[in-house]
Amino acid sequence: MEGELIVRKIKDGTVIDHIPQGKALLLLRLIGITGAEGYRLAVVSNVESRKMGKKDIIKVEGKELMGYEVELIALVAPTVTINIVRNYEVIEKRKISPPRIVRRLLKCPNNSCITNNDPEATSEFQLINQTPLLLSCSFCETMLSGDQVVKQLLGE
Amino acid sequence: MVGRSLISASELGRDQYEYLFREASKFNKSRPLLGKIVGLAFFEPSTRTYLSFETAAKRLGASVIGFQSEASTSVAKGENLGDTVRMLSSYADLIVMRHKFDGAAKFASSLATVPVINAGDGKHEHPTQALVDLYSIWKKFGGIDGLVYGLLGDLKYSRTINSLLRALDKFQPKKVYLISPPQLRTRQEILEKLKLPYEEVSKVDEVVGELDVMYVTRIQRERFPDEFEYMKVRDSYRVDQRVVQSMKEGSVVMHPLPRVNEIDRRVDGDPRAYYFKQASLAVEIRMALLDWILGGQ
Repeated sequence: MEGELIVRKIKDGTVIDHIPQGKALLLLRLIGITGAEGYRLAVVSNVESRKMGKKDIIKVEGKELMGYEVELIALVAPTVTINIVRNYEVIEKRKISPPRIVRRLLKCPNNSCITNNDPEATSEFQLINQTPLLLSCSFCETMLSGDQVVKQLLGE
Repeated sequence: MVGRSLISASELGRDQYEYLFREASKFNKSRPLLGKIVGLAFFEPSTRTYLSFETAAKRLGASVIGFQSEASTSVAKGENLGDTVRMLSSYADLIVMRHKFDGAAKFASSLATVPVINAGDGKHEHPTQALVDLYSIWKKFGGIDGLVYGLLGDLKYSRTINSLLRALDKFQPKKVYLISPPQLRTRQEILEKLKLPYEEVSKVDEVVGELDVMYVTRIQRERFPDEFEYMKVRDSYRVDQRVVQSMKEGSVVMHPLPRVNEIDRRVDGDPRAYYFKQASLAVEIRMALLDWILGGQ
């Protein structure tokens, strides 16, 4: 892990590795870490990577990522690996992939879709393509691109 | 198919389409659905589809309950779609549903305890119209394969076009021309799943002499940003005697109806005008479908 030359090892927490170059701050916003939570946080951007050329790394001390947070990350950065660290050792190394079905999280861009017009019809998307990300509404089949997903998740 | 819903034309395979065509053309069972109840839930107005389903159900011996607009239901009092569907699925053995929102039929089928037939959901799909269309072609030509099709008009917002393309894709048409103004081209999510050979063209004159089947849909004024844009394209997609006379002998002009003025009424007398015959075949193919799903004996 090349980023260790810049930031020292963490004792307990999560290392998010192999983040596409320049996306670390985006991922932090997605999982709602602002820096005010009290976690010791390191963001390393544009470090060398054998696999990716350049990459970003995030280290969060005191927090193990939950399934929901991993799902959000997988949608916008499927290359990421999640390392769970306890007592300075990586006890779990998880490769992630976007969920095949994404329920409730995203809004269908089609205003005439039933999911935008009936309080009981909740949104559901199927994964069509991982890279570049492409989702399709399970009800009206309208496509949702990776850019649209990021905009929605960031509330833009 | 017994007990299954039909939400998209892509859910039926070629064998299933052909089974239904054969059943429809020689239907001779006597009231096989006696004692069954078909619920017609038309949240959006309809004439042909509603009446042909009602006629089909009654000819099969089933009873029909239902409504034809939101205004006459508790939806007008604020009841949501889910509650209406749950109520109806406890009364009827099958629900035929039309709704103005895309994906409404699929949503309804996730709540209903009985099969749901999509009779049109917004601008998404209308699979039983595709059944009527292909059945009409099958009756006329003896098959679907090897013919040249021209789909003309509003290809972007037409649910009948979406379903027709998906149904045609189960067969082997020689060629499908998609004829529309550039702003009304078929949506990408439909096109990219098709395997059939298609070509998008802007003018009917370019291909009219090749067509075996010309399928006309209405260009809707409300789809254009301004009146000027609409007026510019409106007449290029009007099918008149001159256009029809350029078609091959033995070819047909079809339309899901209702038409407004996209087919000149003087075309009605031409032997290629097939749209009224097409509408008349709706009852028998819908009979075959209802009988199949409800497992009539």
